[in-house]
Amino acid sequence: MSAAVPLPAVRPPRARRAGAIGMLVSTGPPGIASAMVIAIATVVALVGPLLAPFNPVLPNLALAFVGPTGGHLLGYDFEGRDVLSRLLAGAQSSMLGPLAVVVGAMLVGVLFAVISAWRRGAVDAVISSGLDILFAFPGILLAVLAAAVFGAGLWAAAISLAIAYMPYVARVLRGAALKERSQPYVAALEVQGASATSICLRHIVPNIMPLIVAQATILFGYAMVDLAAVSFLGLGVQPPAANWGVMISENQGGIPQGYPLPALAAGACIVAVVIAFNVLGERLFEQAQARR
Amino acid sequence: MRLAFIGRRLAMLVASLAVASFVIFGALYLAPGNPIAALSGGRSLPPSSLRILEARYHLNQPFLVQYWYWLDNALHGNLGISITLRENVTTLIASRAWTTAGLVLYASVIILALGIGMGIAGGLRPGLLDTSVLVTSAISAAIPAFVAAIALVALFAVKLRWFPALGNGTDLLSNVRHLTLPAFALGLSSLAIVARVTRSAIREEAGREHVQTAISRGIPRRQLVRRHILRNAAIPITTISGITIASLIAVDAVVETAFSLNGLGAYLVTSAQDKDLAVVQGISLVLVTAFVVINVAVDLAYAVLDPRVALGSRAT
Repeated sequence: MSAAVPLPAVRPPRARRAGAIGMLVSTGPPGIASAMVIAIATVVALVGPLLAPFNPVLPNLALAFVGPTGGHLLGYDFEGRDVLSRLLAGAQSSMLGPLAVVVGAMLVGVLFAVISAWRRGAVDAVISSGLDILFAFPGILLAVLAAAVFGAGLWAAAISLAIAYMPYVARVLRGAALKERSQPYVAALEVQGASATSICLRHIVPNIMPLIVAQATILFGYAMVDLAAVSFLGLGVQPPAANWGVMISENQGGIPQGYPLPALAAGACIVAVVIAFNVLGERLFEQAQARR
Repeated sequence: MRLAFIGRRLAMLVASLAVASFVIFGALYLAPGNPIAALSGGRSLPPSSLRILEARYHLNQPFLVQYWYWLDNALHGNLGISITLRENVTTLIASRAWTTAGLVLYASVIILALGIGMGIAGGLRPGLLDTSVLVTSAISAAIPAFVAAIALVALFAVKLRWFPALGNGTDLLSNVRHLTLPAFALGLSSLAIVARVTRSAIREEAGREHVQTAISRGIPRRQLVRRHILRNAAIPITTISGITIASLIAVDAVVETAFSLNGLGAYLVTSAQDKDLAVVQGISLVLVTAFVVINVAVDLAYAVLDPRVALGSRAT
């Protein structure tokens, strides 16, 4: 029996991990400005209810649709509540919902993408055509169907949207994972006896991480728009709870009366955060593509 | 090869619709409680009505048999009976379908005309015009339809009084007037996306070597743009237009609700609020079918424009 020939340890070439800060700095001024908007929105979402100067749910009909005054910068809403306080308190559900959608869609999407790329062949074909078929259901329609069955609520909507977005995630990441899978270092690791799980989790996923982060960022914007739409339709967050989508729908009545500020202020919050996520996501995506 | 491609896409179409209809029917069983509770939306019905529901949905038969009866009925235009209005769902839907079709069509025209127009203008003329197209489209792409709706109403209906704020019209001309603001609200973000994609496609084609050669050959600019740039840029433009127009079908519910239009989308939402499951199922089925059919049509158009596609699958 011949002695086992010691194989030279192959060190897989890892993508330069620039780190979160480095990735952010390289997105340039628009990217950094977007990241700051996102950071502010996140802080408000975490501590918003504490920052609110007035009670965001207690109505005072005598003050309905009263314009901005000294202590109330954005005036009062249709039930006489302080608009600024409601915006601050509403950040929580407006940001937390999309976060849940993104986490759910990304976890399952990455899983399918990596399995598809790793097994290739028949498994890939089955997963890919399965995902193509799932494309048939637009997110908002699935959320409305879920609301009809389970009743209105943020969670049913968030889960529906996560299911509807998942195929998009999996489709984009599958391509990147396939490319990574065919790299020589993966074959070298296989020869060395590394398990599939360890190669995928320790090498393939970290190497496509910049793309995963970029996808998640872009997805957050979409999720925020769709979830706010569901709440606007009265099928998501339920009043009197504060939420940006709910605020637009409940203050719509003020517009014909020449008092559009409460509805527009909530709309502006959504647009600002969505633009920030879109710009940052697009920049990160370009970065991730350039690095490959 | 092209026939094989078309066959594969059509097979996908049927599979997509089968899965979608299965999900829509199966929603009955996902509901908390039994399917009767889901169908009645939690209302307490007299025993005679329960028996009618049981018979209509064949609830004493196995699940797959029930699905088959339901699908067979749906294919024959029988979508069940609304629990709130006690009327045939198909009749209820048909009377509202025109508003929705008109709105989506109107928005599509706006998207194609303005989106592609802005994209071509920005792509061909670098400088101030291009920058303004880029900035406007970046902002409008992020404006959700319901925010656009309230902003448009506040400005054009309440302040300037150019258009009515709510509701449908009575004759064709007033219908168009009533649908103008909703169509812009519905199309705004898609318009921006189409403009951006068109612009970068034009840019890319204009930078190609064959275009440079054509310029040096002294080919007139008009002909150059039409034959050498637009022809090649048409492929990504068609794809993005098709995808965004298909996505209007989902957003339609939001816009119809914001403008109190009497269409399918708004009816879907009120039915979901009332837990009128038969109506929700019927409208979902119609809208998902439209969505899938448009998507497949885009794929086929794509294969016609770019014969290479028929060899592989869509390149996106």
